Amino acid sequence: MFGYYVELALRSLKRSRALTALMILAIALGIGACMTTLTVLHVLSGDPLPGRSGSLFYPQLDPRDMTDYEPGTDLPDQITWVDGMNLLHSRRADRQALMVGGQVATQTADQRTDPFFTQARYTTADFFPMFDTPFRYGHAWSATEDDARSRVAVISSELNDRLFNGQDSTGRTVRADGNDLRVIGVLRHWRPVPHFFDLNMGNYSGSEDIYVPLGTARDLHLARMGGISCWGKGSGEEDKMETAECTWLQFWVQLDSPAKATAYRDFLTHYAQEQKAAGRFQRPVSVRMLDLMGWMNDQQVVPGDVRLQAWLALGFFAVCLINTIGLMLAKFMRRSGELSVRRALGASRGSVFMQLLMEAGMVGAVGGLAGLFLAWLGLWLVRLQPAMYAQLAHLDVPMLCLTIALAIGATLLAGVLPAWRACHVAPALQLKSQ
Amino acid sequence: MQIKPILSALRRHKSGTILIALQIALTLAIVCNALFIVHERVDKVNRTTGMDETNLIAIGNDYVGAPETFAPLMKTDLQTLRSLPGVVDAYVTNAYPLRQGGWSTGVQTDPDSKKEGISTALYFGDDHALKTLGVRLVAGRNFNAGETQVVGRDQQPGSPQIIVTKALADKVFPDGNALGKVVYMAKGKPSTIIGIVEKLTSPWIENNYVDGDYVVIMPVIFDSSFQNFLVRTQPGQEDAVFKAIPQALYGANRMRVLPEKLGVRRFEDVRARAYEADRGMAILMSVVCGVLLAITAAGIVGLSSFWVGQRRKQIGVRRALGARRSDILSYFMTENFLIALVGVIVGVILAVGLSQWMFTHFEMKRLSLTYVAIGVVALLALGQAAVFAPALRASRVSPVEATRSV
Repeated sequence: MFGYYVELALRSLKRSRALTALMILAIALGIGACMTTLTVLHVLSGDPLPGRSGSLFYPQLDPRDMTDYEPGTDLPDQITWVDGMNLLHSRRADRQALMVGGQVATQTADQRTDPFFTQARYTTADFFPMFDTPFRYGHAWSATEDDARSRVAVISSELNDRLFNGQDSTGRTVRADGNDLRVIGVLRHWRPVPHFFDLNMGNYSGSEDIYVPLGTARDLHLARMGGISCWGKGSGEEDKMETAECTWLQFWVQLDSPAKATAYRDFLTHYAQEQKAAGRFQRPVSVRMLDLMGWMNDQQVVPGDVRLQAWLALGFFAVCLINTIGLMLAKFMRRSGELSVRRALGASRGSVFMQLLMEAGMVGAVGGLAGLFLAWLGLWLVRLQPAMYAQLAHLDVPMLCLTIALAIGATLLAGVLPAWRACHVAPALQLKSQ
Repeated sequence: MQIKPILSALRRHKSGTILIALQIALTLAIVCNALFIVHERVDKVNRTTGMDETNLIAIGNDYVGAPETFAPLMKTDLQTLRSLPGVVDAYVTNAYPLRQGGWSTGVQTDPDSKKEGISTALYFGDDHALKTLGVRLVAGRNFNAGETQVVGRDQQPGSPQIIVTKALADKVFPDGNALGKVVYMAKGKPSTIIGIVEKLTSPWIENNYVDGDYVVIMPVIFDSSFQNFLVRTQPGQEDAVFKAIPQALYGANRMRVLPEKLGVRRFEDVRARAYEADRGMAILMSVVCGVLLAITAAGIVGLSSFWVGQRRKQIGVRRALGARRSDILSYFMTENFLIALVGVIVGVILAVGLSQWMFTHFEMKRLSLTYVAIGVVALLALGQAAVFAPALRASRVSPVEATRSV
């Protein structure tokens, strides 16, 4: 029976080629537009550390003075050196890391090579295990090296390829702004999307190429980059950043259970109260600790245009679908005569319905395939865009499956109403009128 | 034209009628909002900077190494650039319009104010800045060569003389007469407004940091490794200068990086890069509108053709009973018009609702009614155009059809 339906459907589709082509085109365009924009949205709003993001938190404090104070204002997005160090050394979380971005002129110990600029991250030991960074060679530094302000560095595999031709470079020397650092670890390719731990560098910025202990970077005066926000006497002078009334660091903690998260929140409140009592904090005590995805949401990481495009594409798809329903209705109703003959010869209403749905499903399958091709083309066009996130726009397996399911599902849905209408035509009436 | 028979005929094709009307409604809602977005983006892209953007080259430059001061290096580079054949003038700065990155600072008239002041973009420059930018001084004077000072990374810049934009002058001193007045950007450092330029925009294309064309130019050379040079060339010499710059700069000092993408750029490239996303969005929206209208038109053609085919016999009967071809034609045209009318009425409601939703969720302006009107007219016309061919075919049905069966 199945083969027979397929044959009937093919015949019918061939009979009115223009109409069939139009239906397929409408479905394909709708699917193509939808999948292109949804894939971009899916990539951009994804979880940078699946399985781990739920236990990562971003504590915020309010160390500012009373100038311009209004109740309910947002907390600073970053943290001061003093608070960062206090929280880091209190070690109340399972893991914690304090960090800031930077840029250094990088070269090997070989004087003849030209220096070039690389993005750097100055951070503390827990950064690597906390964010689960994959290592190709060597290992991360430990808290001991943090405290000793050792001249060590972890580099990305991309930088390792460029400087050391991809060989195991642990123990060799990399020169950052003229300072010799010993490479102790080389990462595998690692690019969390979004660049969640420091949005100042760009929401979808690539990962850093060189990681240096925070204390070492301060000792060597390595150039700092990113946002800085000051109040009172804070001025952003490089040499006084450790005591300045400025927020300029990011602090992340890992808390493995909800109970620990609650305890850490209490600890933060307690810390803020203590600081207020000591006169360092002046504003009413206010702390916040969002988890990773909450923080991404709060910072509105996904660009508005991308969300708008996704909604637009959905609307577009809806129009295409309605268009297809209309055309399919026209097509099926036109065949009332033929269907009536089949019904009169004993075909049940159900089998006529199945036959018509088969036809709709075939249009959906072809339209879906064409839509997939269009989505692939659309994503290729997106990747040509200059935006930082553009190069990330690739179709992955879940989106691929979703595309095909969406195409066939939508067309079947579009076929249900026309097929139902067509199989309810009274055969006697139709045959008589002919 | 009698409408009643049309209505009673439509009642027998409820699903088809509803589908076309719905499609028209959705298309209208999407198209007029999309066109409105296109309009907004085009407006944004067409905003002027107040500069003469032709024959202008921007250079991003990063000195490598950590000398005591970068000032002599900059001086050498400026001399090198200014002495290149075809160069009219050049200066060094921290930022310029459309650069999408720069400094903002607060300007206030009261030295002891605790408030933040009016947020303003801060540009550094010297006596060559105005000529290089090509902005017009509407009051006061330019800087002197002697007024330029070198400011270190650890100092807060606040020079005694500044030039401001007219927009800022009017904002700070609404009564006019800003010239010669004193404002404060840093504690204890009064700055006198010595000149006012007609217009100059901030480095950002969104008003995130500065909500207007509020700009202060200070005669300052900022002592840091990262610098931007702007170079004005003689007409027709831009290409030659563009090609000569990297070699000339590397010739003067090899310890530098001219970043790959943000190094030496023609100003038109700066503009194109700044507005790339907006232009992309405008193009995308236009394409979507075009395709949507085409699909809707094709849908109307398809469904109308089907109806014509289905009613051949009835048309034949009408023709046999004396209806003229034009009657048949206008029957189908009117029928489509009625459906489209219902569609656009629903569509207008949807469009306004959609605009309201985007207003709350995407910080967009509310849809202007002109666009709704344009959309309504466009869709009614589209419907009429789409139904014309099938209607014409219907009008050619011969009265003989009435006598044929099947």
